[in-house]
Amino acid sequence: MGDFTTTASVDAAEVLADGDARRAPGPSDFATRLRRARLGMLVCISAVLMIFISYSSAYIVRQGLPTLDSRGETLIHDWLPIQLPNFLLVNTLVLLLSTLTMEVARRQAIHEVALATADPVLPPTRGKTNEIPWLGLTAVLGFAFLAGQWLVWRELGARGFYLATSPSSSFFYVLTGTHGIHLLGGIIALLAASAATLYFRQSAASRGVIVDVTAWYWHFMTLLWVYLLCLMKFAH
Amino acid sequence: MATGELAAHGAHAHAAPTSWIRKYVFSLDHKVIGIQYFFLALTAVFVGMFLSLLMRIHLIWPGVSLPIFGEIQPATYLSLLTMHGTIMVFFVLTTAPQGGFGNYFLPIQIGAPDMAFPVLNMLSFWVTALAFGVMIAAFFVVGGAPLHGWTGYPPLSALQAAGPGEGLGADLWITSIALFCIGALMSALNFITTTLDMRTKGMTLMRMPLTCWAWFITAILGLLAFGVLLSAGILLLLDRNAGTSFYIPLVTINGQLAGHKGGSPLLWQHLFWFFGHPEVYIAILPAMGLCSQLLSVFSRKPIFGYKAMVYALLSIGFLGFMVWGHHMFMSGMSPYTAFAFSVMTMAIGVPSAIKTFNWLSTIWKGRIRFASPMLFALGFVSLFVSGGISGPFLAQPVLDIQLHDTYFVIGHFHLIMGVASIFGMFAATYYWFPKMFGRMMSEGMARWHFLITLIGTYAIFMPMHYLGMAGHLRRYSQLTELNYLHPLVGVQTFMTYAAFVTIGGQFIFLFNLFWSMKFGKRASDNPWEATTLEWITATPPPHDNFGGHIPVVFNGPYEYSVPGAPRDFVMQTDPPLVLKAH
Amino acid sequence: MGLVLLVVIWLITFISAYFFIAKTWWLPVGASAAAAGIDHHFGTTYLLMGFVFVAAQVLLGLFAWQYRDRGSAGKPALYSHGNNTLEITWTVLTAVLFIGLNFMSSSIWASERFRPAVSNAVQVEVTGMQFAWYFRYPGPDGKFGATKPELQDPSAGSEGAIGLDTTDPASKDDVVAGVMYVPVNREIEVILRAEDVIHSFFIPAMRFKQDAVPGIAIHMHFTPITTGDYEVACSQLCGLGHYKMHGILRVVSQKDFDEWLAAREAEKQ
Repeated sequence: MGDFTTTASVDAAEVLADGDARRAPGPSDFATRLRRARLGMLVCISAVLMIFISYSSAYIVRQGLPTLDSRGETLIHDWLPIQLPNFLLVNTLVLLLSTLTMEVARRQAIHEVALATADPVLPPTRGKTNEIPWLGLTAVLGFAFLAGQWLVWRELGARGFYLATSPSSSFFYVLTGTHGIHLLGGIIALLAASAATLYFRQSAASRGVIVDVTAWYWHFMTLLWVYLLCLMKFAH
Repeated sequence: MATGELAAHGAHAHAAPTSWIRKYVFSLDHKVIGIQYFFLALTAVFVGMFLSLLMRIHLIWPGVSLPIFGEIQPATYLSLLTMHGTIMVFFVLTTAPQGGFGNYFLPIQIGAPDMAFPVLNMLSFWVTALAFGVMIAAFFVVGGAPLHGWTGYPPLSALQAAGPGEGLGADLWITSIALFCIGALMSALNFITTTLDMRTKGMTLMRMPLTCWAWFITAILGLLAFGVLLSAGILLLLDRNAGTSFYIPLVTINGQLAGHKGGSPLLWQHLFWFFGHPEVYIAILPAMGLCSQLLSVFSRKPIFGYKAMVYALLSIGFLGFMVWGHHMFMSGMSPYTAFAFSVMTMAIGVPSAIKTFNWLSTIWKGRIRFASPMLFALGFVSLFVSGGISGPFLAQPVLDIQLHDTYFVIGHFHLIMGVASIFGMFAATYYWFPKMFGRMMSEGMARWHFLITLIGTYAIFMPMHYLGMAGHLRRYSQLTELNYLHPLVGVQTFMTYAAFVTIGGQFIFLFNLFWSMKFGKRASDNPWEATTLEWITATPPPHDNFGGHIPVVFNGPYEYSVPGAPRDFVMQTDPPLVLKAH
Repeated sequence: MGLVLLVVIWLITFISAYFFIAKTWWLPVGASAAAAGIDHHFGTTYLLMGFVFVAAQVLLGLFAWQYRDRGSAGKPALYSHGNNTLEITWTVLTAVLFIGLNFMSSSIWASERFRPAVSNAVQVEVTGMQFAWYFRYPGPDGKFGATKPELQDPSAGSEGAIGLDTTDPASKDDVVAGVMYVPVNREIEVILRAEDVIHSFFIPAMRFKQDAVPGIAIHMHFTPITTGDYEVACSQLCGLGHYKMHGILRVVSQKDFDEWLAAREAEKQ
């Protein structure tokens, strides 16, 4: 690869001093890591959103879909909405509470990064952080939500509504089940973040990034749940 | 030493691995992962080609007994076509251009040391590889591979009793696709984050090579489309195994009530094609980006209309989500909806045409060097034109009445998506092989490969348009029953002979690929005298791509034959030129 | 190599174009009222797209040869990043061409599909199943009798295959046949049904194709204008026997049709 001279002379240092303020990416740069992780989480959330958008549109279309009756003569609408168990509201409250505790945890974790930046002599800590109890509480509430969903499924089953019973029951199980699986993923991430904090030396920056993006995912899961509940309750 | 570089101040996120497992199997290095994807696709394409050869043989010699396989049964033919389509679309067209070359070269071309999330990258490859294993397993289970076509329309794909292979084979097929969706979503996440957040200093979006734009937009398409396919597949699995009726109305199968009611087969079609149409753009966009790149490099001319090319890619991506109904004109969908989709489909032809005009204008008044990548790039343009011209026929519902589900459609999508995209992959291989392996591929062998493949694929797929006009339907395992098909068997015979020759020609490529890795002429760092960032790295690039330096970009990616410059190309990292006044 | 490219691309183009122009393998002769309009639009599309095809390939081959690197003898490449006027011009022209073509075809599509069949159309219910087509006529009462899925038995043929409910009084005069008889020069209303999986009813000569989807009854119409026998094919993959799921459309004079139907009615007594 050769050098070549040009009619312009350019001082590399000059060029580099101005213009684009973005610094070189490096693992030690918290702001970059956080921005990048948040961007990645936004993209991830978009993908998950598309799954629920597909199910939503299938749900709405199916509600209005006419089908030939068994005599092959007339088109009928066979959508019978199931009555949503009231316990779902309890679960919703649990999830809303968990989103609050998650947010507290997130703010604690970010605050710790600010502290660590201010006093760089502080070595990476193990086990001594303020967000651990909040993470733990969020995980407990998350499990409580899932347990509550399981109870709702059992109640529906007792009333005779299983996965294949009717179109509306099928969608209920699919929507709540898919949400539950994704929430479980979030709980696992929470537990992993807590375990890493408790047992491994990890910088405040690393913890901050992980807790922050997990929190955004968690908030999305809560919003998604509220949306799904409204969809099943009100959409006709 | 190239000018315009900073000394590094951050070490690369992870140190170079040392153990064999971490270096070659569970590598976090985007270059290794790219090569892994490439070889997965290479395996898949030979499997897919072999399946199509068996199909071709069966069509014109139905009773022949082959070594090992024996006689190809009618059910087998339908499984062959199902698996051929599925393997080619997912494990070749969606894997090599994006997962293979995109993974390897996107970070380098934007000046980054790796992808944003290397662990996710590694996972995305292994999930995809697992998906391929599950897909192949479908051949070996009781009942064999499914026979419902790569499009998998229920109720045929939803009722286990609807045909052989529709039992466990179909469940494995759906599971494989679901895994593939997850792998693709992970990969898309990486591509998008990397492109938006890791461009080096001076690499603005409008200084990115068109390959990077193509990979970026392809990733967005994948992000928004694969989730829909995943949902559709899960509902299909439930219909098949859990007694739900998302897709299955009140039907009987073999005279027995199937036990479902109220579902809609059209629901699957809408979900599938909402994914399926962006999927075909996922298959072709990277090749379009590369074509732009290569035509510029090998004509020693800037790409004609860089901004227009970017807008065209963006429009194609955007409009690609609005045309899915053109696969459903005959499906029972409302004719008013069909008309709306038809208008959108004709509209999407416009940016594609603009790209073609710009490619022709790029080589116009250039100084063309006929290196192997350029041959395939020129071949790509020819195939894109041919495949593209048949689109407006199918896009008009009135003409689609006659052509839907005929060989006309098969000819169309093979030329525009199959062969054109494969030419993109060949071009990418010949072009980037020197950087990846430090040696040149044989140009002599490449020329033979090019000529046989170009002529051969035209010989296979152009006649399909005539067959379609004459009403020859697709997915027919035998041509004996309809009288009007009898005069067309001669054309089928011609296509089969052409297939033999063309597939034979691919072994020249395979030989060239492996032989050159050991015995090819040693390559310099920039054998093609190109301007983009991969050509400033060492060959092959070190673990962090730029050897601890961070490149700084001053120029666009297509500065060839700049008047007043000392040589006919200006690297992106060269100091900006000031043209002499005359 | 430039010359090789030019020759190869031009040869491929001209040989392909020849077979299109010579119509060596072509649309079957049209036998419906809609065929003339559809075929005319085919012709228009062919002319315009064919011109673009040949022009683009010829230019590609020509440029590949003409602008080959001639070493030190040649001029340097033209340094140009593009031309906005040209971009806008060919964008507009292409848009006009494509969308224009679409609007030209829309009137034919509208007349085929936007209106229901006329009130005195001849009604035929077409039922697809793995792997045969059955055709039902409503008979003098003008009503189709009920069918029941649990009565469907493909091996029984005719009425059994479509699951005709013989307890329904309207079924008494329904005629189920394996060949589709229709009178010439009358609009035929086709009511498409499917019993098991998606099939598709394709009559090439009539320029007629429509998927038969289980769970819905799709109403379409066409008007045959020439008597004769026309092959019917299934055009949606429906399983093992997809390739042999064919039928015959028999277009006869009104008199012959009435006689045939009367004879079938008489058989039912």
